[in-house]
Amino acid sequence: MDVSSKLKVTLLTGRTIEQGVGKERGKASEDYFESVAVCYVDPEDLKKLGTKERTNVRVSTDYGSVILKALKSPRGPHPGVIFIPYGVWVNAVVSTETDSIGMPSLKGISAEIEPAADKVVLGLSELLREQFGKG
Amino acid sequence: MPIAKAVVCPVCGSLCDDIELRIKNRRIVKVKNGCSMCESKFLGYSGHRLLKPLIRKNGTLVEVPFKEALVKAAEVLAEANYPVLYGWSSTSCEATRVGIELAEEVGGVIDNTSTVCHGPSVLGIQDVGIASCTLGQIRHRADLVIYWGSNPWSAHPRHIERYTTLSEGKFERSEWRSYVTKTKAATARKKVESALRQVSPKKKLSIPLAAVERGPCPAILKSGRKLIVIDVRKTRTAEIADYFIQVEPNKDYELLQAFRALIRDQEIETEKVAGVPVEYLEEVAEAMIGCNFGVIFFGLGLTMSKGKLRNVDAALHLTRDLNARTKFVIMPMRGHFNVSGADTVFLWQTGYPYAVDFSSGYPRYNPGETSIIDVLLRKESDAALVIASDPVSNFPRKAAEHLVNNPLIAIDPHLNATSQMADIVFPSAFVGIETSGTAYRMDHVPLPLKKVVEPPRGVLPDEEILRRLLHEVRKVKKRKKAGAEVK
Repeated sequence: MDVSSKLKVTLLTGRTIEQGVGKERGKASEDYFESVAVCYVDPEDLKKLGTKERTNVRVSTDYGSVILKALKSPRGPHPGVIFIPYGVWVNAVVSTETDSIGMPSLKGISAEIEPAADKVVLGLSELLREQFGKG
Repeated sequence: MPIAKAVVCPVCGSLCDDIELRIKNRRIVKVKNGCSMCESKFLGYSGHRLLKPLIRKNGTLVEVPFKEALVKAAEVLAEANYPVLYGWSSTSCEATRVGIELAEEVGGVIDNTSTVCHGPSVLGIQDVGIASCTLGQIRHRADLVIYWGSNPWSAHPRHIERYTTLSEGKFERSEWRSYVTKTKAATARKKVESALRQVSPKKKLSIPLAAVERGPCPAILKSGRKLIVIDVRKTRTAEIADYFIQVEPNKDYELLQAFRALIRDQEIETEKVAGVPVEYLEEVAEAMIGCNFGVIFFGLGLTMSKGKLRNVDAALHLTRDLNARTKFVIMPMRGHFNVSGADTVFLWQTGYPYAVDFSSGYPRYNPGETSIIDVLLRKESDAALVIASDPVSNFPRKAAEHLVNNPLIAIDPHLNATSQMADIVFPSAFVGIETSGTAYRMDHVPLPLKKVVEPPRGVLPDEEILRRLLHEVRKVKKRKKAGAEVK
């Protein structure tokens, strides 16, 4: 299999039960961080990128980029599709286009994914400081 | 040890009202009947808690007396030209009612989380109308349940068990047994596949899935309640479905229109629609027409992807068309426990369900213009009050940036991204745990939220904080007016 440095993918966002449990426990909790600072990638796509589960990846779109921990997408195959749970981390890369009806485009966004094993997934406070210079 | 019975769960729009809580030393120690999110909230709500009002001084949030935070917040809102008041979906209807009065007083935009959730559904329903009913009707009568772009197993964990396929209705039986059989078969299948992989690791061996084997669709042949899931990913809900259709991302509209054609007995002259073979669609269309009482529950898979309100339009039209052949209803899967209540109170008070602009002195509604994301992206607002919501965690970064760059007031029980970025923070009591109130279930049935334990000392309910803030804003405005007259 050819290993690529980057893959073009479709980004989906949404709920997971872990994110739901984490947010109810508190968004400053470790459970919440563990449940949302992740990116679910098809196992075959991980192989194409020459990277493994639980290593970090960079996800980029026209709206920004973010470092996340890659996890294998369950119940696949979902080739060419990545999934990131709702949270501050994915907000860095979702579309602001509201199509004049107020609703930003939070699913089905064109994105690129690349390995970033040497980069760190920022915690909530660090990410907020990086994004907004506050806190 | 006191036990609180028939407690309504303040987590998701299902508002399960059979929760039992065991209380010891004024703390909840055990939860019965709840899902994992419900347990997480009732047992973990007291962690990561805000307990004192905070004001940002020299870049750091410091504890201040309540009065100081109140006066400062009132000055911010009274002096702003175009403030936004946002959130409302995780508080009581009573608090929202006061919030609308406050929005009118300060002449700002008031919006609730529908705007980034089922806002397009509201717009679609306003365009087309909706054939719907209560969840009780569905529990007792529905023999075909479709979840479209929705994963209740993760977002509304007891929805299937309480209201649809796995619930025991008067006229329709629970499919629990068949679900257990299916789960056992799936586990066995995984074990066999794993054993095959060990025997021959390089060869790709797999057992074909029943749903993709040709021949008549099991969902049609099966007696009893049928569960169909249509989604872009195979979710936990999809795994237990009788039939799963994996639609390509951003192609729900094509699929919905294909179903509209098929149930009118029109032929589709292509092999696939949205990546799905037409023969599969024909089987599902057959099941739709052949049922006695069908329901489509749709989620954010329709409202957040390409097409948005047009996807919802198509789903509502499909339901309307199906009613020419059989009985069919449709319902949005509302997320936050009182987002339906926020829409309802907004409607009572202003005539509009969300994105209401009071800057002209009367309520104006034009999503795309008066909706909070658009207001923030155009950088028009000059202050914000956020209550019972965490937009810094949920808005696209550019929109959140403008919120954070202007004076920001947060009212929330928890320390979250928005309260960390706020300039004035009010801790509040948890509605449905530490204070009572009214919430609307996703089918618009109002239910009473109970107070089961006391809030921490000095922590007030949202409604009370808003009342005091409204009173203080009026005082500031009066002072300003008197000052202007003297000059």
